[in-house]
Amino acid sequence: MKRSNIVKLAALVIYIVFLVVSFLLDYSPGEEIARNFTSFSLDMLKIIPGAFILIGLFDVWVKRETVEKHLGDVSGIMGYVWAILLAGATVGGLYVAFPVAYSMYSKGARLNVIFTYIGAAAVCRIPMTIFEASFLGITFSVIRLAVSLILVIISAILLGNYLKKKDYKISDGSR
Amino acid sequence: MYVIAGLALLASFIANRGKTLKALKIAAKRFANILPAFLVMLVLISIVLFLIPDEMISRYLGTSNKSVGVLLAAILGSITLMPGFVAFPLSGILLQKGVAYTVIATFTTTLMMVGVLTYPIEKAYFGAKVTILRNAVGLLIALCVAVVIGIFFGEIF
Repeated sequence: MKRSNIVKLAALVIYIVFLVVSFLLDYSPGEEIARNFTSFSLDMLKIIPGAFILIGLFDVWVKRETVEKHLGDVSGIMGYVWAILLAGATVGGLYVAFPVAYSMYSKGARLNVIFTYIGAAAVCRIPMTIFEASFLGITFSVIRLAVSLILVIISAILLGNYLKKKDYKISDGSR
Repeated sequence: MYVIAGLALLASFIANRGKTLKALKIAAKRFANILPAFLVMLVLISIVLFLIPDEMISRYLGTSNKSVGVLLAAILGSITLMPGFVAFPLSGILLQKGVAYTVIATFTTTLMMVGVLTYPIEKAYFGAKVTILRNAVGLLIALCVAVVIGIFFGEIF
């Protein structure tokens, strides 16, 4: 086992022991931390398994050539359009977008498109934006969306081009 | 999510059993790969949300000084994590209390783009360097958004 993993495991054990002891002694900060942990875990359980099943299906059914054509080096501007549409339909948050991004990458999507997808998944998920507009007004949402999306695309192109020269690779999540 | 994934799985199973089993294996393996990072993130979330409860956020963002408000909004938006159905009602209340659009834009946009708590997951896929770079860029973008919002709503200049 790697040293960093041993440290993580030790921290996790201390964390669990702390929570258990907190419950035994009615120590309220510990109890609240435990409640935070379970409520966020449950929220994510509503999304994560489904998301990974779709990722698995994507992997076996979608041909590499299809991804290369629409999101790869030859995709042109349409690659960005697809990335943004896909991002708009992403549910959950960035923790779902990262594994999806890896799947796209492993099938031959280019870095510029992937970073556009990640950024767009942060700023323009459709249900979130509608919700935002209902509380802060449509004007606010439209300006926020337009400015952030333009800057996301520009930064994705700069970052993608820079990393391409550096022979950069996205990992499968095991590092 | 479960409905969509379930229907897709069913369709796939009818079309090709072998491929579907392979898809499930891939799903399980990918999930197992990232599970440690997920656990680290959940532990961090549970502690940070205890240290920084919602009331504290609304108190800090309500400071009268706009520059201080933006600074605090950027810090809080970056280090906390909250779903939209909590963040936007909270922002709506702050707005009614008279908090500037500029401050709210900083808070919501950093909340979306900068993820200190999702760092373990992002790092597992993208590596530490790119993760830090992307989040730093996200912070800059959020500040640009705040400035444009501020100008548009007549709060700056």
